[in-house]
Amino acid sequence: MSGWDWTSDGWVTLVAAMSAISCALPGNYLVLRKMSLMGDAISHAVLPGLAAAFLISQSRAPLPMFFGAVVVGVLTALLTQAISRFGRVEEGAAMGVIFSVLFAAGLIMIRQATDHVDLDPSCVLYGNIEHIGLEAAVGGMPPAVTNLAAVLVLNVVFIIAFYKELRICAFDPALATTVGINANLMHYALMVIVAITTVANFESVGSILVIAMLIVPAVCAHLLTDRLGLMLVISAMIAGLSAVAGRVLVVYAPGWIGVEADTNTAALMTVVAGMLLLLAVLFSPEHGLIGALLHRMSFARQVMREDILGLLYRWHEMTRGRARSMTRDEILNAVGRNFLSTRALRSLRRRGQIEIDSPVTGDALHGMRLTDTGSRRASEIVRGHRLWETYLRTHFELPLDHLHMPAERVEHFLTPELSAKLDDALTGPDVDPHGKSIPKTSG
Amino acid sequence: MILAAANERARTITDTGFEWPTWPAFWRTVSLADYNTRVVIIGTTLLGIAAGVVGTFAYLRKRAMVGDALSHATLPGIAAAFLITGAKSLPPLLIGAAISGVLGILCVLGLRRIPRIKEDAAIGIVLSVFFGAGIVLITFVQKMETGNQAGLDRFIYGKAAGMIFSDAALIGAVALAVLAGVLLMFKEFRAICFDAEYAAAQGWPVMLVDVIMMSLVVLTTVVGLQAVGLILVVALLIIPATAARFWTDDLRTMTLLAGFFGALSGWIGSSFSALLPRMPTGAVIVLCTGLIFFISMMFAPLRGVIASIVRRESLSLKIRYQNLLRAIAEVEEQAAPGISVPYAHLLAERSWKPRQIRGLIRRGFRRGDLHAGDAGGLALTSEGRERANRVLRNHRLWELYLIRYADIAPSHVDRDADMIEHVLSPEIVRELEKALAEAPPIPPSPHAGEVFA
Repeated sequence: MSGWDWTSDGWVTLVAAMSAISCALPGNYLVLRKMSLMGDAISHAVLPGLAAAFLISQSRAPLPMFFGAVVVGVLTALLTQAISRFGRVEEGAAMGVIFSVLFAAGLIMIRQATDHVDLDPSCVLYGNIEHIGLEAAVGGMPPAVTNLAAVLVLNVVFIIAFYKELRICAFDPALATTVGINANLMHYALMVIVAITTVANFESVGSILVIAMLIVPAVCAHLLTDRLGLMLVISAMIAGLSAVAGRVLVVYAPGWIGVEADTNTAALMTVVAGMLLLLAVLFSPEHGLIGALLHRMSFARQVMREDILGLLYRWHEMTRGRARSMTRDEILNAVGRNFLSTRALRSLRRRGQIEIDSPVTGDALHGMRLTDTGSRRASEIVRGHRLWETYLRTHFELPLDHLHMPAERVEHFLTPELSAKLDDALTGPDVDPHGKSIPKTSG
Repeated sequence: MILAAANERARTITDTGFEWPTWPAFWRTVSLADYNTRVVIIGTTLLGIAAGVVGTFAYLRKRAMVGDALSHATLPGIAAAFLITGAKSLPPLLIGAAISGVLGILCVLGLRRIPRIKEDAAIGIVLSVFFGAGIVLITFVQKMETGNQAGLDRFIYGKAAGMIFSDAALIGAVALAVLAGVLLMFKEFRAICFDAEYAAAQGWPVMLVDVIMMSLVVLTTVVGLQAVGLILVVALLIIPATAARFWTDDLRTMTLLAGFFGALSGWIGSSFSALLPRMPTGAVIVLCTGLIFFISMMFAPLRGVIASIVRRESLSLKIRYQNLLRAIAEVEEQAAPGISVPYAHLLAERSWKPRQIRGLIRRGFRRGDLHAGDAGGLALTSEGRERANRVLRNHRLWELYLIRYADIAPSHVDRDADMIEHVLSPEIVRELEKALAEAPPIPPSPHAGEVFA
């Protein structure tokens, strides 16, 4: 295989993308309803449906096989619910019981039906999407394209038509029932859609891609947005992207690592989807690990800056205004000498909140002191701290030595408005429980 | 394409007739006379024991489907080990399987901690992405060195029939390790299965115990791969344990029972597949566990479906019967003891179906609570009166209690009392009497004076 060939690779990519998108759309609702594994269970369990239809109709006609599989697929959902309700079995375990027994039955039926032919159930697992490329190379549009297009249209129409009902059932089935939507009916409608999608996608891409595409794009999208409509769109885009990128990798990647080899397209697409998920987990602005880390770091810097301002303010207060400044070393000894504190000092000077005593000489031995803006900010912080101590003392009757620590944490969260409210609630105290005066608002 | 090859063979499809085994063949299998059959049957039976025992704890820890993610996650490890060593010898492959399986579990646990990713999604992600990666590697191997990978398929679907002595011995060793681990750690496992937070608060090293438990699961899964395949191995972990749960509330019994069910399925399943043609061993074993599950779910006396239906029905029969007695007692109360109550009156009293009430009346005659009164009516015998008055008294006591202490309007207490009167134990009745001090033998109806149509 060398280079991209539009006739075969183009069709393969189109088929893969359509099937990925048609899975990703209903997958959103599975993920939201915490039923992600239903797709897994259904796609394993339809095997006996396929085999039974094959045995009964004595042919490989697509229609009976399709219906056989869909019926068993829906049956899986029904049986799982029945077992977990009547047998009082945990839902996950009930699902495991049903799908593994059905899959085993399917394996046996296939073996019984086809003794002499090497009928490989592995096609069910990882599909045969390469075949589509061959078909296209021989005679134009492969038949899978129309089937998958039909399923895709069905799913889009289903989701648009029942958008409101599906949404309310996904988030709050009990509420759905009270507003007159039959949540149970919607559940089974969704299960039918999932079963149809799974079965239709099987032959072309295999169940492993189906399972991945039902779950992974939806989870990615869920990490990126809070809005259901947007989530559907994003999940479809991620599904399409995985399909395209997967095929591109199949064509070009062997060349990059210098081997003449080919690999399974559907499986590689799942891996690509997994990689995209990893990116979403790391970089999602709101829920991503990197975002959380950056947020924590910037908060740590803010806390350090505010602690230094508070320190200078208290020093000034303690010496009754005689000494306004502390040397750099004194400050660093008090707050801990580390990367965070030295950086905070630089940043405070840049912000004009502290200044060097005598800027003319710039001697390092000279002290650092609060500017007017720094002083205002520092008094806000100390005011919040002491108001909180007073509040705790008044309303919770904590001993004196238990007031400082909580206030030390809360001071970074108290906005001037909150402080004003505390002040009101305490009817404007002048001193805190330790007898220190509470700074007034400067404005 | 799934059945593409079969299409050409459509004629032979009908040719599915069983060749039933002959008696000698049957006997040879059951008595483990053949060496090969012996190895397979012993191997799968041991696997069943190990999986059933360790599955009990995985099930109770609500890790049933984590086992599925684990078994799928072993595939890339197997393929990678094969790529690296280039040999088909078992130990490196199993080590690879264990490593990537553990990695899969860690991914599930890690993903679960991210907001927005729930446990089910985490399992599905790991399962499909790891399996996809495994398939990528396997096809890669396949197309690079033609025909060399033929052996790797057996990890997906299992090939118990090809089990050799060393495989069975390995399974035996793992089964021993599992049993030893469970025996030694029984108390610890129990603690974290039922209430991990409480166990942690009590100072148990929950993390460590969890790791040990999951290692046993990983071991069992990895040696089970060859026998039943990675798709079905999870069935051996979940199903025997789930089936055992129907029979008992005691963890010790449940563990033993799950091990027994696992062993039974392994033994019967592999015997069957040895006797009958075209029976993939792993699948037959799983079907056996499924059968045991179904029987347990239906017929187990403790939590089985039929038992609970019988219990519910007998309770509701008891309730209906007591209501009948009470209805007669209430008429007696208005008129005189021993009065004969006409059938039509009883029928009107509640929404009873004629067939139902006839059954109840027959029951009353059988138990000697009722006898035929004058004018074709029914009357209470003295035992019947005693029983009926007890029910009536419970009803009235509860009504009084609700009115006095729960501030419920007299017009609303009848139905509540209706439901509770049948389940009031003598102790509770005594408490009620105490609370309502000096209640008369049968308190008067709070509805006196109301007009009943």
